[in-house]
Amino acid sequence: MATTDAGHSATADHSADSHGHDHDHPSYLAHHFDTPEQQFDSGKLGMWIFLVTEVLFFSGMFCAYAIYRSWRPDVFEGCSQFLNTKLGAINTGVLLFSSFTMAWAVRASQLEQHKKTAALIASTLCCAMIFLGVKAIEYSHKWTMGLLPAGLFTYDPSNPHPVGGPNYLAYICAPFAVATVGIFIWLVVSFLRGAKFQFECAKPILVVFLCFFVGVGLGTILESGGSESHGTEHAAHVEGGEHDSHAEGEHAGEGEHAAESHEQEAATEETAEAAPTEAIAGLVAPGTMVSSDNELDVIKRLAADTTNTGLQGELAARQAQNDMANGAITYHVYDDVSATVAAAEENVMRKSRAGVFFSIYYCMTGVHAIHILAGIGVLIWLLVRALRQDFNKNYFGPVDYVGLYWHLVDLIWIYLFPLMYLIR
Amino acid sequence: MSAHEGSREGYDFAHPLPLPLLFGVFVVLTLLTVLTVFQANFDLGSYDIIVVMIIATIKAVLVGSIFMHLAFDKPMNVIWFLGSFVFVGLFIMFTLFDNRASQGDDIPVTNDAVMAAPAEG
Repeated sequence: MATTDAGHSATADHSADSHGHDHDHPSYLAHHFDTPEQQFDSGKLGMWIFLVTEVLFFSGMFCAYAIYRSWRPDVFEGCSQFLNTKLGAINTGVLLFSSFTMAWAVRASQLEQHKKTAALIASTLCCAMIFLGVKAIEYSHKWTMGLLPAGLFTYDPSNPHPVGGPNYLAYICAPFAVATVGIFIWLVVSFLRGAKFQFECAKPILVVFLCFFVGVGLGTILESGGSESHGTEHAAHVEGGEHDSHAEGEHAGEGEHAAESHEQEAATEETAEAAPTEAIAGLVAPGTMVSSDNELDVIKRLAADTTNTGLQGELAARQAQNDMANGAITYHVYDDVSATVAAAEENVMRKSRAGVFFSIYYCMTGVHAIHILAGIGVLIWLLVRALRQDFNKNYFGPVDYVGLYWHLVDLIWIYLFPLMYLIR
Repeated sequence: MSAHEGSREGYDFAHPLPLPLLFGVFVVLTLLTVLTVFQANFDLGSYDIIVVMIIATIKAVLVGSIFMHLAFDKPMNVIWFLGSFVFVGLFIMFTLFDNRASQGDDIPVTNDAVMAAPAEG
């Protein structure tokens, strides 16, 4: 917001007087504003309008959520069991705390407490990194299990933890590790060259990046911390999940060992799970219900007679079976076929059921995580400016605006958390 | 644009919020988070989603009014922000009115059979 040289010279060309007012114009006040308050209010209105576009942008995803949940509430109940409530709750707390430190940072910058402002912005950044670290554990755990968006969904109830997949956690951590090493090198170089300000900047930023790995550690501990809190129906799957996270948390060498022990467990689980799974798999073999049936035409002709209610019911039942076999999301509702396959409880762990749930899940939480990443970028810029002591009681706009953005990201998570993690 | 005693118009407009207020809001938000996790243990049937959304909205109002200063802000900013939720409401409501109009499968997925358990013995 500082007056640029270009702006100055342009105005100076028009009238020499404009420089005469410069004793009135502090360095932080842009030339086209009369007072700092006017500058602050204009910036704030602009920020609010940007936040409005953010709200509308996220509403598209909430709408997709609302539609699919109203279509298939059972899918949401089933799939929500795969989301770890403990990790979600911890992340909510971390984000709320970061909102608190951010609001406090705005206060500190208004009171011109420069060191406090920088420290509070750094704590906000640390919380953001812990959030991402926990998220990395959640994502890598689900990817290993094949709980992916619809097109990639490969989850197999009888083998929830396939061995030999890529180590997703390492891939997620790699960019952060590279950045951390880079910042450490920057810290050392700036120290050796005696660049004091750079050294002062690099110190908190290094701590911030190390916090990502604190988050990863926290997530690992919580993920492996017992399965009591999960729903009983899916206890078998979730329990398996806990075992796998042990393998992830420890070193790669031990991973195979844990996977081996799990396979024995899978064999015992199978007796319980295989029977219903196979029964449903037999029913939904695609296309076989209607197309290969020679009697169907006869039935259709006989059912054209409105008095022939029995055959109409049978036709409706076949239609329902066919819809289901083709993976339909919604069915025609037939009153008189309540005892047929349409009324039977179906396995939701399929591409067109759980797959779509996880598409929505990754879309919403992923876009939210991208917003966290963007927030981290802006907050680092803010941290450097706070260390430079740019802000004062008449110029704290940037802290306030970034704070507004950060609170909005928190606000979205406040809705996302119960809608995703707390469905029973 | 209220002028303050002993200061120029348009300067010294900052109103730092008291720290106890900020911390109090944080504590209330944390308690509400605990409450919303706790209520998930009870089967409230279809009221579940309503309870959850009410708690989330209380939290959102707290964050908006105190942390985002909306309670002390210019009315124009409040109108802009709340106005966006009017349109979000319209958007979601009208889409949900329509959502049973198209039956059948709108999300084509092939190879959708449940993976059968291989016999391992």
